[in-house]
Amino acid sequence: MDNILNQIGIENYIFLSILLFCIGVFGVLYRRNAIIVFMSIEIMLNAVNLLFVAFSTYHQDPKGQVFVFFSMTVAAAEVAVGLAILVSVFRNIGSVDISNLKNLKG
Amino acid sequence: MITLIAITALGVFCLIAEIFNLRKALVPVTVLGLLGILGSTLNLYSLGELSSDYNTMIFADNYAKTYSSLFILLTVFLVAMSHDVYKEHQTKISDYVAIKVFLLAGAVAMVSFANLSMYFLGIETLSIALYTLAGSSRLDIKSNEAGMKYFLMGSFASGFILFGICLIYGTFGTFDLKEISEFSGALDKAIWFSIGVSLITIGMLFKIAAVPFHFWAPDVYEGSPSLVTATMSTLAKVVAFAALYKLLAAMNLFPTIQFQNIIVTVSILSMTVGNIMALRQENVKRMLAFSGISHAGFMLMTVLSIANAASNLCYYTYAYALAGMAAFAVIIAVTKNKDNENISHFNGLGRSNPLLAAVLTAALLSMAGIPIFAGFFAKFNLFTQTIQAGYLVVVIAGVINSIISVGYYFKLILAMYTKETQETTQNIPFVYYAVGVISILINLVIGMHPNVITDLLN
Repeated sequence: MDNILNQIGIENYIFLSILLFCIGVFGVLYRRNAIIVFMSIEIMLNAVNLLFVAFSTYHQDPKGQVFVFFSMTVAAAEVAVGLAILVSVFRNIGSVDISNLKNLKG
Repeated sequence: MITLIAITALGVFCLIAEIFNLRKALVPVTVLGLLGILGSTLNLYSLGELSSDYNTMIFADNYAKTYSSLFILLTVFLVAMSHDVYKEHQTKISDYVAIKVFLLAGAVAMVSFANLSMYFLGIETLSIALYTLAGSSRLDIKSNEAGMKYFLMGSFASGFILFGICLIYGTFGTFDLKEISEFSGALDKAIWFSIGVSLITIGMLFKIAAVPFHFWAPDVYEGSPSLVTATMSTLAKVVAFAALYKLLAAMNLFPTIQFQNIIVTVSILSMTVGNIMALRQENVKRMLAFSGISHAGFMLMTVLSIANAASNLCYYTYAYALAGMAAFAVIIAVTKNKDNENISHFNGLGRSNPLLAAVLTAALLSMAGIPIFAGFFAKFNLFTQTIQAGYLVVVIAGVINSIISVGYYFKLILAMYTKETQETTQNIPFVYYAVGVISILINLVIGMHPNVITDLLN
């Protein structure tokens, strides 16, 4: 493992994660379908998980990998709540397009 | 740590009470349990370092103790009010109460963490509980919208916080706050560290709704059920501040010039934008949302006078949260069966219900910073010490904004005392009076004896 990390270099892992994270950010900012927005948030979180594992190998330290389990659990709980809210939105307005949510303004 | 375990056990108890059909006794028992935990929190720590380790996950110092007490107190008020608020949803009351108690567990974890993983779990427990509560009025389309917006913004911000934690871990190879604190004092750090700290700060500024990241707050505050808005504007805001301060202090950031410039800018912007937008609001909850944004600016200002930052922030948050809780107790009582929370519902409250009107007036005066209430002394200390630290510009902006804020607080007070009402008086349950009066009394007491809070902290 150490050998592979030396060959590729930790910087490349960071660049890849930042790229994935930015894809997630732009997905959240530009897509209007709530399901795709949820997916983009998952991409953001998983980009970070990838970087955690890479750093964990880089430091020869298992804590980072343990943290990934925490963040995966949290992401699962978060998306469960999000989908529940989405279901009740869908029942009320019959659409998952978040640009329809315009009742609150001022 | 015992506080945290006890709170979680209480939450589990709330869920089990449902099975044994103890719904009637649920709220009183939870309130008593929380009061017991509050007593033991204040008491246990005074016996010494009873629980400072737990594999370096929890560090229960005075800072944690002071804030935990405030959070438990606020939750007591919220749970007490939920009996009446959820009267028509008796079958779900144990879920609502349990979620509030778990939210408190997240809040306590966020101020007593000694490890970034504990901090992350705390912030997520708090946030996920709040997303659920914000969307909890299932058939109301406004509540759905509020829940959805809060969820999207909150998890977006959580992503930034997680990335920040990851980069800090990458720099030092540890999650332990004490080690990070030692390493971050060194001069040569990888560039990742600064990026990571910036990302965490951005995420936390989202959660406290400071200005460049505030746009979700008014919508979410307006759409959520009033009791949940009370939770967000008092508990969640204070928790996020306490955690942000603890993190930034541990990373030795306050002395750096760049960081101070950011705080000055964000603070002035939050105060100004929040106040100016609040002036033109007709909905009371929306108005308090913008007032909360401007208060976020004041609370950020505390960080500038480094020596007294912790005690100033603590005092300000106590004053703000208690005044907010009193104001929301009245707002929930008055607008209980109404469609919206427009100021016109408060017309003539001074005549039809003098006690509630007095409580709301006192709460708004405390937020505006009028003497004898804690809000005044909080602002007074803050301004004096910020001038001594040499940030005259921020203080001038703060004073001007305090004057502007009087404008919209008095709009509500004038509506209560000078306008006539057409509505018939309704019967208001005792609990709202109790919550309002008790929070205002505590507010007055800490206003007259500021050292109550400072003693707790030291």
